[in-house]
Amino acid sequence: MAVPIEMIVNGKSVATEVDADTLLSTFLREHLRLTGTHVGCDTASCGACTVHVGGRAVKSCNVLTAQLAGQDITTIEGITPRDGSLHPMQAAFKACHGLQCGFCTAGMVMSAIDLVLHHPHATEEEIRHGLEGNLCRCTGYQNIVKAVVMAAKTMDGGQAS
Amino acid sequence: MSAVRAPLIGRSVERKEDYRFLTGVGQYTDDIVLPAQSHGYFLRSPHAHARLRSIDIAGARDAPGVLAVYTGEDLAGIGGLPCGWLIKSIDGSPMKEPKHPVLAEGKVRYVGEQIALVVAETAAQAKAAAALIDVDYDVLPAVVDTASAAGNSACVHDAAPDNVCYTWAIGDESAVTAAFAQAAHVTRLDLINNRLIPNAIEPRAANAQYSAADDSYTLYVTSQNPHVERLLMTAFVLGLPEHKMRVIAPDVGGGFGSKIYLYAEETALVWASKRVGRPIKWTAERSESFLTDAHGRDHVTTAELALDAQGQFLALRVRTTANMGAYLSTFASSIPTILYATLLAGQYTTPQIHCTVQAVFTNTAPVDAYRGAGRPEATYLLERIVELAARELGIDPVALRRRNFIRSFPHATPVGLTYDTGDYEATLNRVLDLADVAGYPARKQASAAKGLLRGIGYSCYIEACGLAPSNIAGALGARAGLFEAGEVRVHPTGKVTVFTGSHSHGQGHETTFAQVVADRLGISLEDVDIQHGDTGKVLFGMGTYGSRSLAVGGSAIVKAVDKIISKGRKIAAHLLEASDADVEFENGEFRIAGTDRKKTFAEIALTAYVPHNYPLDKLEPGLNENAFYDPTNFTYPAGSYVCEVEVDPETGTVRVDRFSASDDFGNVINPMIVEGQVQGGIAQGIGQALLEGCRYNEDGQLLTGSFTDYALPRADDLPNLDIELSPGTPCTHNPLGAKGCGEAGAIGSPPAVINALLDALAPLGVSRIDMPATPHRVWEAIARSKR
Repeated sequence: MAVPIEMIVNGKSVATEVDADTLLSTFLREHLRLTGTHVGCDTASCGACTVHVGGRAVKSCNVLTAQLAGQDITTIEGITPRDGSLHPMQAAFKACHGLQCGFCTAGMVMSAIDLVLHHPHATEEEIRHGLEGNLCRCTGYQNIVKAVVMAAKTMDGGQAS
Repeated sequence: MSAVRAPLIGRSVERKEDYRFLTGVGQYTDDIVLPAQSHGYFLRSPHAHARLRSIDIAGARDAPGVLAVYTGEDLAGIGGLPCGWLIKSIDGSPMKEPKHPVLAEGKVRYVGEQIALVVAETAAQAKAAAALIDVDYDVLPAVVDTASAAGNSACVHDAAPDNVCYTWAIGDESAVTAAFAQAAHVTRLDLINNRLIPNAIEPRAANAQYSAADDSYTLYVTSQNPHVERLLMTAFVLGLPEHKMRVIAPDVGGGFGSKIYLYAEETALVWASKRVGRPIKWTAERSESFLTDAHGRDHVTTAELALDAQGQFLALRVRTTANMGAYLSTFASSIPTILYATLLAGQYTTPQIHCTVQAVFTNTAPVDAYRGAGRPEATYLLERIVELAARELGIDPVALRRRNFIRSFPHATPVGLTYDTGDYEATLNRVLDLADVAGYPARKQASAAKGLLRGIGYSCYIEACGLAPSNIAGALGARAGLFEAGEVRVHPTGKVTVFTGSHSHGQGHETTFAQVVADRLGISLEDVDIQHGDTGKVLFGMGTYGSRSLAVGGSAIVKAVDKIISKGRKIAAHLLEASDADVEFENGEFRIAGTDRKKTFAEIALTAYVPHNYPLDKLEPGLNENAFYDPTNFTYPAGSYVCEVEVDPETGTVRVDRFSASDDFGNVINPMIVEGQVQGGIAQGIGQALLEGCRYNEDGQLLTGSFTDYALPRADDLPNLDIELSPGTPCTHNPLGAKGCGEAGAIGSPPAVINALLDALAPLGVSRIDMPATPHRVWEAIARSKR
């Protein structure tokens, strides 16, 4: 059954119809072709599909699109500056080699931004705890933690997003 | 005279590939949507072993959106999925190689085996229709357990009535027997190397397209080696002309071995794409990954080490049973033999080694290479038994290792390898410093004050990488050579595109290889692009596995670059009216030695393509060179790891508190990337030691089929790792002096963790714990020891 839906995605309004059982991850990837958001599992365990809904990190494979009427959604494409530069979190991941294959990266960056915005002075231990919803099979997390520590210092007291 | 530029080799430059991954514009297989895209779904067996009495597809065929339904009957005429390595049994007979069908034929042999392919307009329609296929199963008893598979009353394949694929051996058995007879002490160890599920975070996926315009196929697939995929699929399975198929492995989200193999799914999709007349995409759900990606490890082993009264190793005797799963995957047969038993000398002078390997079929998913592939199993066995021997003899485990280190090179082991170079003392000394072993007693006391048990464990690993010298591999049963190809294409403006047969799925080739080429040509990093993963662009390739990309793929590129320089020198000699021999190339300039007469690299490139003044009688225009590189030996990365764990005896929880590593990879191009590889490898090794264990029940149902049952390490499961790349001993036989670094962490770390755990538990009398050492297992071991 198709459901009408209106929401904001990466700053633009989207008005369309979706099947009631359409997951947000499916809607973003297949309807809007925002393929920076990845799907790595079917149990909401890996976090690769993490996006922001109303400014909070959410696993987009675990939300129905039809639940999100009027919501403000931001994906990795939405946090990327248009001038070819990088968000401080993206830049920190690059500087610290916090990514290898890149598949978990978008979700990891989105979770990390949420973490730093809400806990700008998180310790390494708190960062490890805060990122436990995101699986990375390549890095062993060490450089990701390093990147989050670096970004926390450059994210302007948590104002840049 | 221009300033001499700082070398790029040895510098941690940021990765060229990162922008697209960080901003979400990378292109992975599932991101690709082709015109008129259709979708495939595979109906899979819910039983580990069953005869297929009948398959009724009528309901599915008539379901909404369905374009076609295929079963094994439709594909009966095509070949099985081949195995690339022929292993022979002790009696000379070839391994049993039952057909590995693309869709099940008559029987299913593991839970998850593909029975039918449904093609529909949408993935959801294909999946819904598959549920309407009516299969009548005659369920048969399943063989699951590795140790009891041989001679089990149930039989996986009629062609192997005792479930034995081969019984292979290496080494001089009678010399080993004689050495044991002389031994002052024999240490015996029984162990299990736990079965693992690789779990790259990107699930396997494929998208196959047929073009009637030129009768050709294009396959996008999550592969570590697209050329091998194409060769095997066209020549050995589907009987298609190789030049009519293009395989593209775009951005690939991790592999760790699991994406080396030719799988049934992409093969079925290619076959069906012509019949359906539409491109067909399939992306595995994570549960399919758990059930059907080739698994790793799964050994049951008994080992005995003979020592003299001074602790000198005299001989090692090993008997291993290795689980192949239900069918032989692409490299399966070589893993517990060529890549395992040949490594049993480790870093030691052990003069005699004999190893027997029995490979068995079971009703479980195929088992093949997973990060390290055979070498972690060898290292785990060896470093466990060495530490146990030290404990039994009351010798310090570090001292016992030193007493037996190989110290002169080249060194021929009794199991077929010749190590070219190494300095095991150096990495060991370094890691003892890094780990602050001197401060250990105080830390142990501090743990005890908290009611916790602290232990320290060591591991000195070696691996054979840079697969592989083709003649040696061929003598050992490889059905193909294992060289690599590279092409360097210089454009008229002096910009360079490099095509490599290696494939990057996280390793950073686009940066590392560019550093090598830019340095050698004296041009900037931005002027070099690395292309990989497309049979339509790259001449040939054997792909990425066995830590071979830089040592073999990089060496092929270096050879091609040297050809470019050699031709450039000839062009420069002509322009400068000098003889070839007088022209030297340095810092991006061709110069007549001892003069300031010179031509830049870009000027030579332009001359090669715009030959107004060109020696056409002596030289062809253009500046493009291919090279193939076949290594003359394996490379032998080695290192030493130290782990400290803290155990809570009340709960059995084990925490890795400190982990230090000193690795000798020979010359390192980009230390940041190499350290990242070691960090990731150690994380997987700690995962194997403490968290990850694939479990089937006795009926062959996978009990660990999701991330909620199979524990991948998460950020808060791991400590910061203290890694140092030792200046090292460069490889002596490749032009880069590089040894490879991708697997080391996963090879060296599991025994360090378990040795540390057993050290912690030794005061309680616990002497055996198998991996993964979960809190439950540790708690049980402690409870047992109290009884």
